[in-house]
Amino acid sequence: MEYEAVIGLETHVQLKTKSKIWCGCANEFGAPPNTNVCPVCLGLPGVLPVANEEALRLTTLTGLLLNCTIAPFAKFDRKNYFYPDMPKNYQITQYDRPSTLAGYVDFEFSGALSRVRITRAHLEEDVGKNFHFERNSGVDFNRAGVPLMEIVSEPDITSAEMAYEYLCSLKDILMYGGVSDCDMEKGMVRCDVNVSVRPKGQQELGAKIEIKNMNSFSGVRRALEYEIRRQIEVVSRGGTLIQSTRRWDDVAEITEEMRTKERAHDYRYFPEPDLMPFQPTESWLREIAQRVVELPLARKQRFMREYHLPAADAQTFVWDVPLGGYFESIAKQARNPKAVANWVINNLRAKLTEANASLPELRFSASSISELADLVDSGKISSKIAQDVFGDMFEIGDAPGKIVERRGLAQVSDTAALEQFCDQAIVANPGPASDFKAGKVAALNFLKGQVMKLSKGKANPALVGEILERKLKA
Amino acid sequence: MLNALTISELGKKLAAREVSAREATQACLDRIQQVDGRVRAFVSYDARDALAQAAAADQRLAAGERGPLLGVPLGIKDVISVKGQPLRCGSKILGQFVSPYDATVIQKLRAAGAVVFGRLNMDEFAMGSSTENSAFQTTGNPWDTSRIPGGSSGGSAAAVAADECVAALGSDTGGSIRQPAALCGCVGLKPSYGRVSRFGLVAFASSLDQIGSFTKQVRDAATMLEALSGVDPCDSTSVPQPVPHYATSLSGEVKGLRLGLAKEYMVGGLNPEVRLAMDAAVNQLVKLGAELVEISLPHTDYAVATYYIIATAEASANLARFDGIRYGARVEGADPTELYSKTRGAGFGPEVKRRILLGTYVLSSGYYDAYYIRAQKVRTLIRADFLKAFEKVDAIITPTSPTPAFKIGEKADDPLQMYLMDIFTISANLAGICGISVPCGFTPSPRLPIGLQLLGKPFGEETILRVAHAYEQATAWHKEKPPLS
Repeated sequence: MEYEAVIGLETHVQLKTKSKIWCGCANEFGAPPNTNVCPVCLGLPGVLPVANEEALRLTTLTGLLLNCTIAPFAKFDRKNYFYPDMPKNYQITQYDRPSTLAGYVDFEFSGALSRVRITRAHLEEDVGKNFHFERNSGVDFNRAGVPLMEIVSEPDITSAEMAYEYLCSLKDILMYGGVSDCDMEKGMVRCDVNVSVRPKGQQELGAKIEIKNMNSFSGVRRALEYEIRRQIEVVSRGGTLIQSTRRWDDVAEITEEMRTKERAHDYRYFPEPDLMPFQPTESWLREIAQRVVELPLARKQRFMREYHLPAADAQTFVWDVPLGGYFESIAKQARNPKAVANWVINNLRAKLTEANASLPELRFSASSISELADLVDSGKISSKIAQDVFGDMFEIGDAPGKIVERRGLAQVSDTAALEQFCDQAIVANPGPASDFKAGKVAALNFLKGQVMKLSKGKANPALVGEILERKLKA
Repeated sequence: MLNALTISELGKKLAAREVSAREATQACLDRIQQVDGRVRAFVSYDARDALAQAAAADQRLAAGERGPLLGVPLGIKDVISVKGQPLRCGSKILGQFVSPYDATVIQKLRAAGAVVFGRLNMDEFAMGSSTENSAFQTTGNPWDTSRIPGGSSGGSAAAVAADECVAALGSDTGGSIRQPAALCGCVGLKPSYGRVSRFGLVAFASSLDQIGSFTKQVRDAATMLEALSGVDPCDSTSVPQPVPHYATSLSGEVKGLRLGLAKEYMVGGLNPEVRLAMDAAVNQLVKLGAELVEISLPHTDYAVATYYIIATAEASANLARFDGIRYGARVEGADPTELYSKTRGAGFGPEVKRRILLGTYVLSSGYYDAYYIRAQKVRTLIRADFLKAFEKVDAIITPTSPTPAFKIGEKADDPLQMYLMDIFTISANLAGICGISVPCGFTPSPRLPIGLQLLGKPFGEETILRVAHAYEQATAWHKEKPPLS
């Protein structure tokens, strides 16, 4: 029998705010333990939370980026459970009235477009971090109260690879939107994975297994590969799976059972009485709508469509947003956007890296790049000469036309002059000339090179080829 | 006897520089020495710190600064954070915890120049009506120290009644200011929900808790309220409602004011002497020109049940942080779960455990809808009852407590009887409205104070202060002192 996997992901992302969600402590990674703390995020007796408005804005912004409905009424709830990393022994989260609902993410997967629906994206607080030493344990509460967004997907994912691609595109979207830095090394993105298997074609879902606390996308992929294989093995042997929570052991590369449904937590959610429900106003929403950026996939598709770029070039401009912006500022007026893209990607980017410089520091005006491309396209200069011109542009900042004129680099297309150079080359190189006549086509390139040398690189290579061939075949 | 003065009396003397804040504070400390062995209102106090604050107030007075609370010694219930002072909430579980920050109300009082001192005894985590649930001591009622002072702010009420401080702060979740004020013969004001910041008040039930005052007269309650009120950026549930100069509402006039008598409050369990005092008070107010209107609060019967679901549900989460991990007492265990259960098993008293269990139960999966959700719905109805009544009346008049102070230990084994001590006060917290208790007489023998409660609209403190003040001016109950010395 053939089986299929049904996968849903709960992705936790730390929001890029200056301060924590309920207090003024810095939201920053890497400070010495328990230095970014105050009575509020330590849950000392008597303190109260006050919601960080930027965290609410970023949650709404995420909702917009993920095509969600923004709830006109959202509230916070307490999720009760005891754990040493939890200062209050309840986590403030959004249970039944989350800020955003019912969206989707489109992404490229195995050569086509895939869609995973988003159930909700809601706001909650992060907890501290436990450390275990030889003889005792400690908790660092610097992370406690960092705003955390939980993005819950529908079970639309069908393979480990698809889960991986979904996570990557989700990360791109959130980084793009300025919602999170998504730095995996700093634990800014963590994932709970829900996976079950069922015979292909069956409607009913299999027992849901949750794998908790994954902190790398490749880990998610490997855990899913293992877990799907394991579940299929169990059911195809006639065994039964029960709803349970498992842990991924990254070293042994296996999942292990933590607890089963019977021992599942009862979180006893109830509305957080210390915070008022949140009802965004029209003007508040408008302000956030202005922060919506074009998503990576949309940008890629638009670059391909509007500027006729190949996918790889478009992708480069998706990854490097400023470079893409620079390209676009030229390409809008350019006759040959593809040529402009080549210059920007192949030459400009390399030069910038080499000079350790950035776009705003460029000496030449952006239009110089399209002018340069036009000079090549019109045959005014050869592409080889164009490289030199570009080098000068980069160093001095002059317009390419001016450089060509000053340095006398205009391509020689005057046939009389070229005929003369060709005659000289043939006379000076009788060997290759007779080789070509004898059928050795490659010999022509040698002679062409000689002509270019004689013309100091300015000869129009296409014309030179034609003339040489005509003369040698005569 | 500077300690026996009211805020306004002492304030005048301080302003005239007839006496110093240091003398007033010393008088309170001396009085504590003299009577607190019997009253047991203070769990602890820091005499040196109090005198240092008094000296600082004297400097401000010398520099020409004036203010109604400048130099006035105030006692603080052990549930409100005062920087550098112990914060134990009448519980063992906080161990030797010292608060590293000032509650918003304490910041306000400090800014006003008050001398904030002492930790006043209370039922553990404000859960109780007699102060017998304190892990440290049982406070005696100054009128008869073999009797309870009421609760949960029993220490605050007793300290004010016994003149151990000029006024005190308490907290009221279901009557914890008004009921002990009634039983000890002082004025207790519970402001409307959102009037006073809760930041720094250790939460019992977040949606019900309010900080308020114990004073020796109504005018002082107005002074305290003005100092404590106002929106606080640290408390999202505080309301940006302007703070009036409450003392100006004390006109002494009640002519034309409509006072509501709820027929549901004429309950069988009402002590006949309380009933008599209440009737006399009503007659007095009518004599002063108030108009009586019968009103109905049809959901009154459900208030106690509703309260014990909502309050315990919130408490079960609020008290979860006392786990022995970060602060307070700890009993070690082999793993976190054992550490939790040992710490909490040893740290909490029986009433707190009872309420945590009750709250945990009503929030449990499968019971949540039947208890918590239903209680919230009833709460909405109770609030609607009051808002409807306030369309017809300016204030509602009730006894504060169905009985006067009972003997220590008398109801200790009967939590349900104890819960009924709050039947007249609980609804105000559920509805978020304000309430005040003023002395309205005594039982003949033994001579124990009886309190009259006035309930007002949300943010209608001016009206109840006005009625309470007019009544107080027409009677002499508030001038009587307990037979302590």
